[in-house]
Amino acid sequence: MSASVPLTAGFLPLLDSAILVAAREKGFAEEEGIALTLVRETSWANIRDRIAVGHFEVAHMLAPMPIAANLGLTPMRLGLLAPMSLGLGGNAVTVSQELWAAMAGEGATGPDDPAAAGAALRAVIERRHRKGDDTLRFGVVHPHSGHNFELRYWLAACGIDPERDVEIVIVPPPLTSDAMAAGRIDGFCVGEPWNSVAVAAGLAHIVTVKAAIWRSSPEKVLGVREDWAGEHGSLLERLLRALHRASLWCGAVGNHDELADLLSAPAYLNQPAALLRAALDGELETGGGTRRFQDFFVPAQKAAIFPWQSHALWFYSQMVRWGQVSHSAENAETARRSFRPDIYRAALKPLGVPLPSASMKVEGALAVPTPVGVSAGQLVLGPDGFFDGAVFDPAHLDAYIASQRPALR
Amino acid sequence: MTAKQLSILVIDENTIRASIIEAGLREAGHDHVTLVHDVHAIASRVRDAQPDVIVIDLENPNRDMLESMFSLSRAVKRPIAMFVDRSDQAAIEAAVDAGVSAYVVDGLRQERVKPILDMAISRFNAFSRMERELEDARNELESRKIVEKAKGILMRSQGLSEDEAYRRMRRAAMDQNRKISEIAHSLITASKLLGGG
Repeated sequence: MSASVPLTAGFLPLLDSAILVAAREKGFAEEEGIALTLVRETSWANIRDRIAVGHFEVAHMLAPMPIAANLGLTPMRLGLLAPMSLGLGGNAVTVSQELWAAMAGEGATGPDDPAAAGAALRAVIERRHRKGDDTLRFGVVHPHSGHNFELRYWLAACGIDPERDVEIVIVPPPLTSDAMAAGRIDGFCVGEPWNSVAVAAGLAHIVTVKAAIWRSSPEKVLGVREDWAGEHGSLLERLLRALHRASLWCGAVGNHDELADLLSAPAYLNQPAALLRAALDGELETGGGTRRFQDFFVPAQKAAIFPWQSHALWFYSQMVRWGQVSHSAENAETARRSFRPDIYRAALKPLGVPLPSASMKVEGALAVPTPVGVSAGQLVLGPDGFFDGAVFDPAHLDAYIASQRPALR
Repeated sequence: MTAKQLSILVIDENTIRASIIEAGLREAGHDHVTLVHDVHAIASRVRDAQPDVIVIDLENPNRDMLESMFSLSRAVKRPIAMFVDRSDQAAIEAAVDAGVSAYVVDGLRQERVKPILDMAISRFNAFSRMERELEDARNELESRKIVEKAKGILMRSQGLSEDEAYRRMRRAAMDQNRKISEIAHSLITASKLLGGG
């Protein structure tokens, strides 16, 4: 047996780094002849820069990052692609105790109903506006992030203009609690464990979760430099097989105790294992009691790591909606081609696992778990969908974009 | 000098390193240099200083916030490019290796900005080297202390002279292909376990 090939992956300390951590710690990478090193980073900008100069071969990335890079929206020009997703869900919207009290006064009950929570928030905003209070400020981790887009989607669908009625600022995930404690933000949308950390500190209340805003929705991807992928096709395929096996291991509830222990290590998330275990199980302490959320974080089931091009196009539609890029057929094509199900299929085909036959699906079409067309075996998708009942059909991208513009009013 | 002086913002939580960069910039004739140590002040300082060039250390978790400001034209006059020339891969690599990043306002000519970046990169490298040397010196001092202590133990317990004690440790180090400080460390540990001092 020849020596393992060294490969370095950058990651941020978030729950959905789990698949990468398991691939290294549980030997899945080694089985494919890969000596995987994981390097924790402090910003997505560093992830991008270090993959650009070759410090990292692959990285944990926000799903819209490769799209933004390929559309030339980043200060450093770079071709990236996403041959695999790193799970579905995993985020929550959390507000300060003070804001929660005001929302409860307007009829917000709990985190199961994003529409009711949004209506209460809207009432609070209107009341504050009449009194001349400061504009509420929400933190998200990056402009090109699922967090930014799902927060804005939720606000807009509840009649709150994210550009006018609130201020959205960028806060690094590990600093969200500090920012809230210092009164710099009134709420945030961030990945676990950072919502639970703020709740455990007595600072905050979870208002709703990503899985309630858009069930079975994409969050992070494995990002790879396009030219590197071109030159190292078979090595990338080996890595994808290792990550596939790691995702199955992460998806088995029986492994959650061990996974929580692994992730809690100082080199990874450096947070209490019990808190991570709860997030893996989707049982979050909201600040008003523990709640179980369906499909809170899905690392394996429902083709959770398949890089759907309809997901890429939805992110693109939101970039257009919020003025990050102008819409054209060419830009849409660049966005779609940033996600690469063809590489995913080529890598996993030898394993004989079920692979979706389609590369796009209608988001929000499945009300119940539904078997879908696959290469082998059986695959069940759904339920999926947006809380406001809207449907995103990637075949009608222009109409979807037009229907969302102007954002409100 | 007819060209307007460039306004340069240095964002670094490490105050010593920031001062070293600032000194370098001033030596090179740049008078409009602003230092920011407090991460929470970044947004307002960028707005106030309207910098042409921003230099930031890569350990700073607020880079994402900074970059998001660049996409809001109302916040700054758009320093959109990273480094001077996006095709200058060697400069980008040198900067990332050194642990520094820079943003440059659109339209600045390469020859005005390149020397600033080169200076920042070389000072970041010099600072890392200095830290390493300091660390080495600290380790050196520490191991010298350990060797002295181990020598004392050998002299007392074996009735050896100082030279003989040292020679014996050095031979053990050579025989076992280890550093003399490691031998000394083992000896101190063993002596403690055996109830010596």
